[in-house]
Amino acid sequence: MENILSIKNLDITFRTNAGNVHAIRGVDFVLPRGKTVALVGESGSGKSVTMKAVTGLLDTNVLINDGKIFYNGIDLLTLSKKDLRRKINGREIAMVFQDPMTSLDPTMTIGEQIMEGMLLHKKISSSDAREKSVELLNLVGISEAERRMKNYPHQLSGGMRQRVVIAVALSCEPKILICDEPTTALDVTVQARILNLIKNVQAEMNLSVIYITHDLGVVAKVADFVNVMYAGKVVEVGTVEEIFYDPRHPYTWGLLSAMPDLETEDDRLYSIPGSPPNLLHEPTGDAFAPRNKFAMKIDERETPPMFKISETHFAATWLLHPDAPKIEMPAELQARLIRSRKAAGYE
Amino acid sequence: MSEPLLKVKNLRQHFKISRGFTVKAVNGVSFEIFPGETYGLVGESGSGKTTIGRSIIRLYDPTDGEIFFNRDKISGELSHKIWRRLRKNMQMIFQDPMSSLNPRKKIGDIIGEGLDIHKLYSTRKERNEIIGEILKKVGLSPAHAERYPQQFSGGQRQRVGIARALVMNPKLIIADECISALDVSIQAQVVNLMKDIQHETNCAYLFIAHDLSMVKYISDRIGVLHKGYLVETGTTREIFSNPAHPYTQSLLSAVPQPNPAVEKNRKLISYDAAAANYENRKMRRVNDDHFVLDWQEG
Repeated sequence: MENILSIKNLDITFRTNAGNVHAIRGVDFVLPRGKTVALVGESGSGKSVTMKAVTGLLDTNVLINDGKIFYNGIDLLTLSKKDLRRKINGREIAMVFQDPMTSLDPTMTIGEQIMEGMLLHKKISSSDAREKSVELLNLVGISEAERRMKNYPHQLSGGMRQRVVIAVALSCEPKILICDEPTTALDVTVQARILNLIKNVQAEMNLSVIYITHDLGVVAKVADFVNVMYAGKVVEVGTVEEIFYDPRHPYTWGLLSAMPDLETEDDRLYSIPGSPPNLLHEPTGDAFAPRNKFAMKIDERETPPMFKISETHFAATWLLHPDAPKIEMPAELQARLIRSRKAAGYE
Repeated sequence: MSEPLLKVKNLRQHFKISRGFTVKAVNGVSFEIFPGETYGLVGESGSGKTTIGRSIIRLYDPTDGEIFFNRDKISGELSHKIWRRLRKNMQMIFQDPMSSLNPRKKIGDIIGEGLDIHKLYSTRKERNEIIGEILKKVGLSPAHAERYPQQFSGGQRQRVGIARALVMNPKLIIADECISALDVSIQAQVVNLMKDIQHETNCAYLFIAHDLSMVKYISDRIGVLHKGYLVETGTTREIFSNPAHPYTQSLLSAVPQPNPAVEKNRKLISYDAAAANYENRKMRRVNDDHFVLDWQEG
């Protein structure tokens, strides 16, 4: 499988008044062409920062210490901001943001906002752009598109606005669509429709999609591959089946069991104790060790490498070392995994 | 069954925006909460769930309807004595732990404010002991009383919010989306804490949320709201295994499940919300404790 985007050893520091925050500590990431990859993790784990680095949207206090981001053979980090804006953003890589209230301009009609990118990036007449915009609005499921073109964002509901944001993102026929928590602000019924919409558009336009989210239900629905991030590192990566039916990292266990499925009847949810580390003080060893009840002595001293489980499945935990003691995952989660494997027919 | 702790009868809450325009947020909602149980209120944004919580605790003056709490009538004009009883026995945990704590007050004073007003201690030492105890109960340390809210993480602040509600030893706690601003792993901690406290003190919760899997997990009974009407109510088991109203069915069909095989074959049940008209409809009994708002024509 060919990778349309690959990130190698990305390392990023934020300079703040309180000191340097080492937010991204060596991230590797690949996006196979035509597939959907999800980045999951809690707030502060570095998932949005990683994707902002791809689109060159990082603030000025951010230092990229190391790493390469390859898109079609070009290292995006070597491009100037101007080149990124002209050649990559919008026309090659487009982004859908979390909050449709703030990512649209309240003073422009939605027609103008969809046409804006096309008129800038492509040699196209405004009547063609208008025609294309109406097509896009139809594609994202907005009825009476002609009339809607003249509407302002405040005249639309939240779900409709997010559809418009998607239409804007798709206007220059990008190859990659990055969705940063695209449905967090929306109701479940609207969420389901928006996710289906992105899926259909993906098939139609042969898009490669990256989802940034903390909602594992969304991940289960859309993703082919999953990257679990913790404290600025990818700690587990695999196909969606491997992550949901055969997770290996204790942090992934915690994330999975913290979200009850509809069959959970235990009296308590298995929860990860404590809270994520403050990267102002960089942790030594495994950053997850203080919250991990399976942590061993070595976790305090040395950062675990990625251990290979299958061709597609890797996890960074010393528990996978051949010398590590055999441990059982929490019983609640085990029961749940058996249940979901059974429902899926996965052995 | 025992006597209900809270009884909401035909609650209406309308907001007059201008001379010609009134927002009808809640339209004749009735339900009951029993001591020690958790009642989940679900619905999409704009369905009126937050408004109901706020009307019950009397942050709003209900337009119409009656609310009884602990045998007191708490709608309409209240006497000073009933106000005090209401304020002590009903507490609220808010959604956003960042904006619901006063940044200029120490944690100890935020938690102690209710104690001060209701004079629930005899000496300063006793007050600080009560605050220390409650901080321990929510998983913080008594030394935290001297700190300010901004020195805590989101999960810790929500614990402070819970401690502030608990310190009054309330009979009912209204939890309005109290975990939705928290990270997944922290959500589980807070939900476990709320369950433990309920076991210990037998307080009841009105749990307002849009995350249905969490609501299912924590609630004994559930009410489903749509456009300011309660379209269905019943035990959690009944609602999830035997949803009667088409809106409930469409809502349940959209709940994301952390299981890829289930998700990828999901069929959404659609519901034409725009065409729905709930005016002048009656609640109909499905069985035992399960009621649904009539939706069929005629």
